[in-house]
Amino acid sequence: MSPGVEVVGVYVHDQDEALKFYVEKLGFRVHTDVKNGDYRWLTVQHPEQPDFQLGLFRPGPPMQDTATAQALNAMVAKGAMPPLVMVVDDCRASYDRLANRGVEFTQEPVNRYGTVDASFRDPSGNGWKMIQTRRGAQ
Amino acid sequence: MTQSPELLRRLLRAKDRMDAASDEEWPVRRLAQVSGVSEAHFARSFKQAFGVPPHRYLLTRRVERAKTLLRDTDLSITEIAFQTGWESLGTFTRTFGDITGGSPGALRAREKAAGHELGVIPACYLMAAHRPHLTTAVSEKRRQEAGDIISASETMEVP
Repeated sequence: MSPGVEVVGVYVHDQDEALKFYVEKLGFRVHTDVKNGDYRWLTVQHPEQPDFQLGLFRPGPPMQDTATAQALNAMVAKGAMPPLVMVVDDCRASYDRLANRGVEFTQEPVNRYGTVDASFRDPSGNGWKMIQTRRGAQ
Repeated sequence: MTQSPELLRRLLRAKDRMDAASDEEWPVRRLAQVSGVSEAHFARSFKQAFGVPPHRYLLTRRVERAKTLLRDTDLSITEIAFQTGWESLGTFTRTFGDITGGSPGALRAREKAAGHELGVIPACYLMAAHRPHLTTAVSEKRRQEAGDIISASETMEVP
């Protein structure tokens, strides 16, 4: 594996719920799901991106105290976490497929100067932008 | 009182819906329904969660969209006013002035002169970055200027 970023995590309110969403609705695969007492290291992967894992982490002990965990859960639920961007080949087709599976879209596909983008949220409140860039423009 | 993540998530849904269709009317009744919160509690809950009352939030979104259209299109100012949800050009111009401190025409001239150097930031985040900061209700501002001492009622969210 070449040097680079391997895992980036998002905070989720409920790991089972998040796992169902990312795997069953978005089509990700489970990479690692390991428990150690109450702690659960859970990462998923985009099927076409084997070098990268998205961590689905629950705020709480032993990493955070209860008050901090509560604050983090609130931040996520308020949609205050940083933007997440996913690139797709065909934004409208992906939108149709995911909306059919019950993904909560917050913005339908919109054309902007040759790119098409839509927005959705995971059950916890993390916001994703789904972008179809101009082919070959990158 | 601390708000539960479940409640915040539902309030976020109301905010998302305003974001997606800020040109529409969003009376408290409609927003409360989206959030599954009683009408009596909605405005206060929303303000506690997001720092501004829902109607004020809606106005910032409308002004933000209007700014984008002024910058990126050649639509007339009247057309932009109606497209972004105002019922008259007068209300639009007045609210726009209250929030941004300038006129729509002046902003357009300034933005066009500045040119486009922001193309690499996804448009949605660009919009968020340009979102006006509303710390005082527009109506409140006018009341203050008029010397009226009646405080802004946060229960009066219906436009």
